[in-house]
Amino acid sequence: MSSISPATVEITLRGEPGYGPVVEGEAVVSSDAFSPRYDLDRRTGIISRRDHAITGADIKGKVLVIPAAKGGVAAGWAFYDIARRGIAPLAFICGETNPVMVQGAVLAGIPIMHRLRPNPLTTIRTGDVVRVNPAAGEVTILRR
Amino acid sequence: MIGVQLQLSSDEEAMRAGQHGVVVQWAINMQVEVARFFGARHMVPVTCAHMVGDIEVMGEPGLELLRDLEAQGAKFRVPVTTNARCIDFAAAERLLQPPAMVAREQEIIKFLKQIGVMQTDTCINYQTVYQPHFGEHVAWGDTGTVIYANSVLGARSNFESGPAAFAAGITGRTPAYGFHVKENRRGTVLVELNAPLDDLSDWGALGAAIGRWCNDYWQAPVIDGAQNLLITPDRLKHLGASLASYGSLAMFHMVGVTPEARTREQAFGGRTPARTLCVDAAAIQSVYDSYPADRDEIDLVVLTGPQLSLFELKLVSELLAGRKVHENTQLIITTNRQNHDAAGALGYIEAIENAGGIVLVGVCFYLMGAGEMRERFGWSNILTNSAKLANIIGGYRYHPIFRRTAVCIEAAVKGRLG
Repeated sequence: MSSISPATVEITLRGEPGYGPVVEGEAVVSSDAFSPRYDLDRRTGIISRRDHAITGADIKGKVLVIPAAKGGVAAGWAFYDIARRGIAPLAFICGETNPVMVQGAVLAGIPIMHRLRPNPLTTIRTGDVVRVNPAAGEVTILRR
Repeated sequence: MIGVQLQLSSDEEAMRAGQHGVVVQWAINMQVEVARFFGARHMVPVTCAHMVGDIEVMGEPGLELLRDLEAQGAKFRVPVTTNARCIDFAAAERLLQPPAMVAREQEIIKFLKQIGVMQTDTCINYQTVYQPHFGEHVAWGDTGTVIYANSVLGARSNFESGPAAFAAGITGRTPAYGFHVKENRRGTVLVELNAPLDDLSDWGALGAAIGRWCNDYWQAPVIDGAQNLLITPDRLKHLGASLASYGSLAMFHMVGVTPEARTREQAFGGRTPARTLCVDAAAIQSVYDSYPADRDEIDLVVLTGPQLSLFELKLVSELLAGRKVHENTQLIITTNRQNHDAAGALGYIEAIENAGGIVLVGVCFYLMGAGEMRERFGWSNILTNSAKLANIIGGYRYHPIFRRTAVCIEAAVKGRLG
């Protein structure tokens, strides 16, 4: 049973400044790392890899919370591709990210942050509404 | 990173201010955002860039972007070469690749050439096109090229995805963070190797064992115990491609082999290894065991990821000499233009094709719309000696089977394993 009452408690995660504007949206939390080439159906924005932790999840317009980036250089173009076709996540919150994911997010204009405390993977839950403030280095859980 | 200030030169400030045009301004602005994200203190000039740019990964929006950039006068100021792409135009029809995809790919190539690209279409540029010297800063994409440049050649690059390598080509520089910075190149974790690695695929298996254990771009594993093994560029190529694929790793050291690791102490540069992994013959075998066959019959044998060298093409041609690929099995091999020409002159291509193998040029198999090809041809399983391909191709709903090179060729001929 959750001890957090949506009306009274806000949890803020803090870390290094990230990239992008302030956004608010619903979180989708994955215990698996993520690659737009290995894991995503880029026609629909749905996680398609069968053995992925959130297979079948629709990440369109969501704040995607992942432990790490995965795979090769594909994200560089792929995020722009899905952003322009309206099926991209609203923001990326990563435990740890890598250059490719950040380069891709910058090209696509998708906010991205990493290295936050407390650990976003265990603090944020799927369905939480969060505010992502990259410039301040803050992610706030607003409601659950 | 908090407290770190990015210092730009007067040239870079002029680029930011738009004095070199809108495309240069767009490119440097993107680079500055990445630089700030990773706490770079400055930009560093690069001698060249190597970029991924094909329709499979760029999509229609990427093509539109390229068209716009070209129309606005985009020009590369340092040499930019291209990575393996998704279409071999000579084979597209035979592989039932959609004409629309082929036409879009031609458009991408047209715009890139107008911007000044050198169309090399290879993921083994370091074997055939350009070998940077020790300490040289480059902006390379395709992870396998980066890890080889950093680790084996001692050059300096981060993973530069398509748009990042493009931007580096436009501005002639890249943000100096990650593996451009000497301190970040020191080893972080130790791998005690005690296994005979006899086949190319064994080196890929080593990369898989390490990458599964250490999956973090910012780590640099130090492999100790390879000093007495037979090491070739192709073996290091398979190791690097696999480390990058399984572990998102951009750098490794090999004690007594790679240039920043004459000794274990030099490789760590004063750091203490955070963790140690022991890799023995059983650990290598367990990588093969993690890709069990779903059945004996094999639909498809693919040697790719990375493209084959001249030496690998020779080996395959010898393994196939006087034999025929089974009628129920396809054998597909990829290489680049340079190696295809050389192997053609030496008779290797003819030998492979006479046996029924298909040699594709300028592509890598998993980029080619592999999922759609599987559906069109009714393929279900795929046998390969590439640990990297085995790792990736499951995403396209193939059943991957990873085995040694001779086993792969034997299965191609018999149509089945065993």
